[in-house]
Amino acid sequence: MTTGAKTMTLNLGPQHPATHGVLRVVLELDGETVLQATSYLGYLHTGIEKNAEDKLYYKVIPMTDRMDYLAPMSNNLGYVLAVEKLLGIEVPEKVKYARVLLTELTRLNNHLVWLGTHALDVGAMSMLLYTFRERELILDIYEAVSGQRMMSSYFRIGGLAYDLPIDLDKKVKNVLKVLPEKMLEYENLLTNNRIWIKRLTGVGTITAQQALDLSLTGPLLRSTGVNYDVRKAAPYSGYEKFDFDVPLGKNGDCYDRYLIRLEEMRQSLRIMKQALNGMPEGPYRAHVPGVVLPPKQQVLTQMEALIFHFKIITDGFKVPAGSYYQAIESPKGELGFYMVSDGSNKPYRMRVRPPSFINLQALSPMVIGRLVSDVITCIGSIDIVLGEVDR
Amino acid sequence: MGLEENIPDSIILTTVDYVVNWSRKSSMWPFGFGLACCAIEMIATFAAHFDLARFGMEVMRPSPRQADLMIVAGRVSNKMAPVVKRLYDQMPNPKWVISMGACASCGGIFNNYAILQGVDRIIPVDIYIPGCPPRPEQLIDGIVRLHKKVMTESVKDKRETQPQRIVSKKG
Repeated sequence: MTTGAKTMTLNLGPQHPATHGVLRVVLELDGETVLQATSYLGYLHTGIEKNAEDKLYYKVIPMTDRMDYLAPMSNNLGYVLAVEKLLGIEVPEKVKYARVLLTELTRLNNHLVWLGTHALDVGAMSMLLYTFRERELILDIYEAVSGQRMMSSYFRIGGLAYDLPIDLDKKVKNVLKVLPEKMLEYENLLTNNRIWIKRLTGVGTITAQQALDLSLTGPLLRSTGVNYDVRKAAPYSGYEKFDFDVPLGKNGDCYDRYLIRLEEMRQSLRIMKQALNGMPEGPYRAHVPGVVLPPKQQVLTQMEALIFHFKIITDGFKVPAGSYYQAIESPKGELGFYMVSDGSNKPYRMRVRPPSFINLQALSPMVIGRLVSDVITCIGSIDIVLGEVDR
Repeated sequence: MGLEENIPDSIILTTVDYVVNWSRKSSMWPFGFGLACCAIEMIATFAAHFDLARFGMEVMRPSPRQADLMIVAGRVSNKMAPVVKRLYDQMPNPKWVISMGACASCGGIFNNYAILQGVDRIIPVDIYIPGCPPRPEQLIDGIVRLHKKVMTESVKDKRETQPQRIVSKKG
């Protein structure tokens, strides 16, 4: 604009390999400098919030999987915790530990995909092949616990869908052993790589004040040095019992966010180790007749259990009127579920606070005045999933 | 005995159809285009563990102009439908479409105002793959079936039926 030359409008997306799905960004360019970046959303709008109002409470769980499909277990957890709070259910200790173990595994899954795709966008193709190789280990565990590779729907209101498999111990230990070695490999490839440093350092810088003004959360906020992690600020599912650090950055640029996510992966491994070692014995579901399914063995032998089973499956259960907001630390930031109940067996309203959607606001302040290639770096660094942005 | 005995070794007998189809199926270039969850499984199929390069398909083309297989991976929203249709129209003939997953095939669990109930409402689909999302093995199976389908086609048929015109719903 200062040169007085004509500007160019460049349409990025909705079909573009670097937009992580169907994000559309309209860029106003002066030469290669970005003057304005406007995101257009809704290309993956699925109507999940509206659809949830028409479903029984337990039938909403599979839909939450499909919002942030890189971290399905985190979404399950947020929803399930919110409904449990409305119902006033306290789950057994074993369930809490299993949930912590699996959501931290989900964080690893998410960050692995993030690292692979981000490196691919920046130009390091082989990272994608490496991280997806390690991701298979995690998906194997998903499959072992729930029978599904990606969309596990494993957490249920009041507990888990099934008991943990007997060989979970072995599988998780394998991940705990393999991943630190592989992460060293990633670091050897990237951390001191000159191209990687040049493409990421000083790119997409935001200040702490900007981050707070935009209500950013997750690694995006922590890269600016603000210490906010829902696991520490408002512990849920027994996180207060676990010992872990929250990595913080200084500069708020893409390189800091890369380092933070790598450190988060290490901390996740630490939490998983604690959760695995401290896993108590006990039931995998709370005993709440009429709300939580009775154990299958009882259904086959006791009349009351059979009636409850039939009643819950066909009619669901009534949730006392009220509302509750439950936030969890998903891999992308604060994921909140605001549930409103009118006392019936279906949610009156389900509002999701999607971290990707709110973090995406940071794109415009990050890229203005920078080059087009930095836009790709910034989109990758924000770590969005369009399924969650548009819901 | 017979004719085969009298043919020199340096001659291979074949048909135009066979040669054309064989070359088409052996280096099919998929369109690198993901919509939702299934796209992640599609990437997993292309990545190291499942390695789609075994079927001559590792070259993903980010531009529709250089691709001949569109894998519709994920739910198609009503807002995205015109875009998908346009991308399909931009692909040069011959072209094939795989509808990957329940959402692309029939709307899946999302029977609501936002999701197109099956991508076959806007573009012709060759292979449907069930699953939510399908496992990479399922995608590979679908692709191998498409290869078989390609081998049964005739150059003549393709020319007669093209261009396929299916009018999309406006909006």
